[in-house]
Amino acid sequence: MNLEEIKSQIEANVPGCQLEIIPNGSPSGQHSLLVDTDHAFAVASFLRESASPRFDYCSNATGIDWPLKEVSTKVKTKKIVDGVEKEVDEVVKTQTGGYLEVVYHLFSVEQREGPLVLRMRTQDRAEGVHLPSLTPIWRSAEFQEREIFDLYGVLFDGHPDLRRLLMWEEFQDFPMRRDYVDPDDYEYEPTAHDDVLKRAQAHQSTEGGL
Amino acid sequence: MDEQLKSELRRQGVVATSLQELYNWGRKSSLWPLNFGLACCAIEMIATTMARYDLARFGAEVFRPSPRQADLMIVAGTVTKKMAPQVVRLYNQMPEPKYVISMGACAISGGPFKQGYNVLKGIDRYIPVDVYIPGCPPRPEALIDAFMMLQKKIDEQYLTGPNRPRHLNAEMASEFIVPEFGAHDLVPTKNVGVWEVPLVNISLAGKNESGRD
Amino acid sequence: MSTLTDSSVDILSNPSSDHYAGDLLEVSMGPQHPSTHGVFRMNVTLDGEQVVKLKPVFGYLHRNHEKIAETESYLGCMPYTDRLDYICSITNNWAYALAVEKLAGIQVPERAEYLRVITGELTRLQNHAGLIGFLMQDMGASGTPLMYAFREREKILDLFEALTGARMMCNYMRFGGCRVDLPSGWMQQAQKVVDEFPRFLDEFERLLMTNEILMARTQGVGVVTTGQAINSGMSGPMARASGVNYDLRKVDKYGIYDRFSFRVPLGDKGDVYDRYMLRVLEMRESIEILKQAMRDLPSGPIMDPNTKIRGFRPKAGEAYGRIEAPKGELGFYLISDGTPNPYRFRVRPPSLINLTLLEQMCIGQNVADIVIILGSVDIVLGEVDR
Repeated sequence: MNLEEIKSQIEANVPGCQLEIIPNGSPSGQHSLLVDTDHAFAVASFLRESASPRFDYCSNATGIDWPLKEVSTKVKTKKIVDGVEKEVDEVVKTQTGGYLEVVYHLFSVEQREGPLVLRMRTQDRAEGVHLPSLTPIWRSAEFQEREIFDLYGVLFDGHPDLRRLLMWEEFQDFPMRRDYVDPDDYEYEPTAHDDVLKRAQAHQSTEGGL
Repeated sequence: MDEQLKSELRRQGVVATSLQELYNWGRKSSLWPLNFGLACCAIEMIATTMARYDLARFGAEVFRPSPRQADLMIVAGTVTKKMAPQVVRLYNQMPEPKYVISMGACAISGGPFKQGYNVLKGIDRYIPVDVYIPGCPPRPEALIDAFMMLQKKIDEQYLTGPNRPRHLNAEMASEFIVPEFGAHDLVPTKNVGVWEVPLVNISLAGKNESGRD
Repeated sequence: MSTLTDSSVDILSNPSSDHYAGDLLEVSMGPQHPSTHGVFRMNVTLDGEQVVKLKPVFGYLHRNHEKIAETESYLGCMPYTDRLDYICSITNNWAYALAVEKLAGIQVPERAEYLRVITGELTRLQNHAGLIGFLMQDMGASGTPLMYAFREREKILDLFEALTGARMMCNYMRFGGCRVDLPSGWMQQAQKVVDEFPRFLDEFERLLMTNEILMARTQGVGVVTTGQAINSGMSGPMARASGVNYDLRKVDKYGIYDRFSFRVPLGDKGDVYDRYMLRVLEMRESIEILKQAMRDLPSGPIMDPNTKIRGFRPKAGEAYGRIEAPKGELGFYLISDGTPNPYRFRVRPPSLINLTLLEQMCIGQNVADIVIILGSVDIVLGEVDR
């Protein structure tokens, strides 16, 4: 299964879509296809109905949190130093992340092909967290998208029943996000170290040795 | 009464006992557990009731599905915060005398999942526990050992006096507050009447023995 | 056939109406229930005895595997995978080891592959045996067939205990092989267990094929068609009972499964009876695989000698590894960012996704059938809720 070939198939059949192949650094060779949110539903529809091979089985839907991170890389640039042009190492700071991502693993049962990894990204991690739901196309995404909503806070437009799956209804936070602070029941920690030690000590000082 | 005289009489077909012994013998030999398995330890609990490790010969013949008919609750498995109100509610619905065995590391203190945001760090935060069985999961023999320990504990309970058990003492509470779902955690996070934090914290290196500054 | 009354049709078509649903009964087959296979809750709306609506409620055993894994090392997550599908711990370990081996490009030696197949198929045997015992109990046989199934299961658990040290949480696989080699005498004992197993299977198969009550209660109940099964992500015995010819041992050929000759049974109606019959037939095929694997087991190392145990940091990237677990397709999606802890540890739970069509299967059936349908889906709450 050639990812380039599938990409060109989709581009030919779904006009206006923007696809990007994200390479995979590991030896697994499972490169992924990033789809823009406006055409994601049409792309998914095409993949299930008329692509070759037809991807009729959506195996897995995952949510990932990429908080905003500053990455410094050393770049060689030409600069004029003391009147002479030299190649100097300059530190360039770029920002990566700042979005939530949803990854789908698609397989073709009839042609025994796969996996095709499809990715969608939200705009940011605060208000712009809407993504199209692929549940009308692959029903297997129903519970998994609910779980991504529950644990990450991604709102899926078009999902038939978007409510929390694993946590209780009154729960307010999105626990799987990287900046989640878990509730404070660290009163008794027999082998505490690092962060847990700090939290246990905080308990002991506020509660006066309770 | 002298033990030798007792056994001599028994051999002749005369049983001499006290009301307390008889009462406790009846209760300990027919402890009916509540059909309450939460997670992996439940499978070992089921294996204990199967033909190889037969718990029925200890009196736990029938596992009752309804809490109103059970007198032992074996909390087998991780108690999550979502499940905790149901556990406490079931405990409240059991009639006295009732006992709790906390089976497995998860029910004792949260176990391997202690760091989880949805895991309750031990069921003894809300209800009083009689026997703790460590293990992940504890072997069926360990559950039988715990059962026998509970039977010994019941055997030693008095009928009268200040140390009498809860079901004979009208002043002691037998129902405990059911936690509710809050926005970030259960409300209340623990029942201070039931759970006292152990004072000694051995890992706070550099501090004095009590573990406090 | 279901005959819905007018009021229930009204409720279904107009869910926000103020119509007082006097004829419908809402029952919570709550988390504590003798037959929900764990802490699983279903809010069922009944019209007399027939099911009109069913909403499952999950999360009562949500133990935060995925969050905890982000703070543990890769090898430190291995014991946690034991506790996902707690009845089949070895296949969980295998799926995770496979995913990490894909992520880091690790090879597994021959003997380790054979040991993986042997222990994996033994796990499948004890899972399916226990499941059929639980089916009988759900149908009211009050524990005796379950005792027979658990008797066989105990024999296999004894083998696991001799090999790995634990009955249930075996923690047997490592990245690049297995943790420990066979003790002396294990192979003979395993041979004996595998030789005696078909007799137990004959007993159970006779029960399934000739018992009137069982046949009347399970045939035509909880039907799922082939197209519905694929679209709703069903995998494993659930999908194959509906006619989907997709067994990962034949499709992905992970490990050394392409060396064994075994058949893949398929159902044609997709009802509860097909699912159980299929599992009995799968047990027979597992015995075939076991015989071949035990005959051909080579000698050699059980771990890849180049694998790093300490300071294991795979290159940044991601991998999705999946196996044919006894419950279905168990997959692990791992994202590494070059640190010793996984950045994202995702478990693809077969039990949760097989439950997608639970409501559809149960509507129109009686309350008693919900229990049987749920039993045939073969869920384990540790995997559903993770």
